[in-house]
Amino acid sequence: MDLNVSDLTVARGGIAVLEGVSFAVSAGEALVLRGPNGIGKTTLLRTVAGLQPAVAGRVNLDREQMAYAGHADGIKAPLTVAENLTFWAAVFGTGSIENALQAFDLEPLLDRPAGALSAGQKRRLGLARMVVTGRPVWVMDEPTVSLDASAVNLFAEAVRRHLAGGGLALLATHIDLGLSEARVLEVGPFKATPPALDDFDGAFL
Amino acid sequence: MIALLMRDLRLAIRAGGGFGLGLAFFLIVVVLVPFGVGPNSGLLSKIAPGILWLGALLSCLLSLDRILALDWEDGSLDLLATAPLPLEAIVTVKALAHWLTTGLPLVLAAPVFGLLLNLPTAGYGPLVISLLIGTPALSVIGTFGAALTVGLKRGGLLLSLLVLPLYVPTLIFGAEMARRSIEGLEATTPLLMLAGITCAVIALLPFASAAVLRVNLR
Repeated sequence: MDLNVSDLTVARGGIAVLEGVSFAVSAGEALVLRGPNGIGKTTLLRTVAGLQPAVAGRVNLDREQMAYAGHADGIKAPLTVAENLTFWAAVFGTGSIENALQAFDLEPLLDRPAGALSAGQKRRLGLARMVVTGRPVWVMDEPTVSLDASAVNLFAEAVRRHLAGGGLALLATHIDLGLSEARVLEVGPFKATPPALDDFDGAFL
Repeated sequence: MIALLMRDLRLAIRAGGGFGLGLAFFLIVVVLVPFGVGPNSGLLSKIAPGILWLGALLSCLLSLDRILALDWEDGSLDLLATAPLPLEAIVTVKALAHWLTTGLPLVLAAPVFGLLLNLPTAGYGPLVISLLIGTPALSVIGTFGAALTVGLKRGGLLLSLLVLPLYVPTLIFGAEMARRSIEGLEATTPLLMLAGITCAVIALLPFASAAVLRVNLR
């Protein structure tokens, strides 16, 4: 199981934001994408996840092996923590939510409505969903936002366990993840050059 | 798929889920009509099938923007799109959940509301049958409309404008079937047309909804 991205160009709102991005992640490895706000990390991840098409280049990834986590956690406020996780376990055809609950220390919150959780607790629930999917490729966008230091450690532990089990992870962030061993790719150098205004509109500028 | 259906049903009946909202709206429409047209029971019984169908259609419309917009807002739609379920199955299940929480209660309540409008006795059976056959089409067409407007903030009004014209055939044949039966005429043709529309819509529209959703998720 690996993830290969070659010469990828991604666009947001019709404008190319990153071009010529190439990287490879193999099983047991984590790759952290770094870069300033607005550089295109989220767009890149959404393209890798297949939520939007690439402008150019290729993503070699079996999407049936991938689980994606975006900025929003996809949590239903009226459902309890257990109901939220059990739903995703059923959708992904994995049985138990015990591991995920343990990994993110959610057992005391089991019967709490998700709407009553704090921002950090919601994020832990969102991350626990990734464990529940049982998929070997994790594509995660800013996974540690609103987590405190101990929860960041829980996350780092969960990623290490995932990698040790033969999984791989692609993470985008601009803050520390507590994963010192992960490879880091700065996406800044891939910033797309703005299109030259040599067309009809450009003649008027 | 069953998990998704159960989740949507559970969300509908929990606080803020909007279950019963359509039914209450239906009741209000039906109660308001006699105030508007006067308590002439002959006139009321004449327009009863049309009013009941129109009321059902409008209350169906009321809850359409909940089908996909809530899932889009909290990010679950992105997550569902990357889940093992195909989007076609997701929109079908969502339409079914909408019908079970909105359409089916309307069908079951229609005879009671018919009483309020002095619906002729011969009309009860055909009205319930026509609603039972017709309302699934309303949910499926509505899901298509919801998929079209999913990325828009406050897309509810646009959704109504898009969806109402598509409801016209169902409304015409549904109300016509009830009216004909009341007048003792042959009602097989509108029944078949109504069933045909529902079957075609269920067979074809989920693919269109899923395609539209894929574009809107970009």
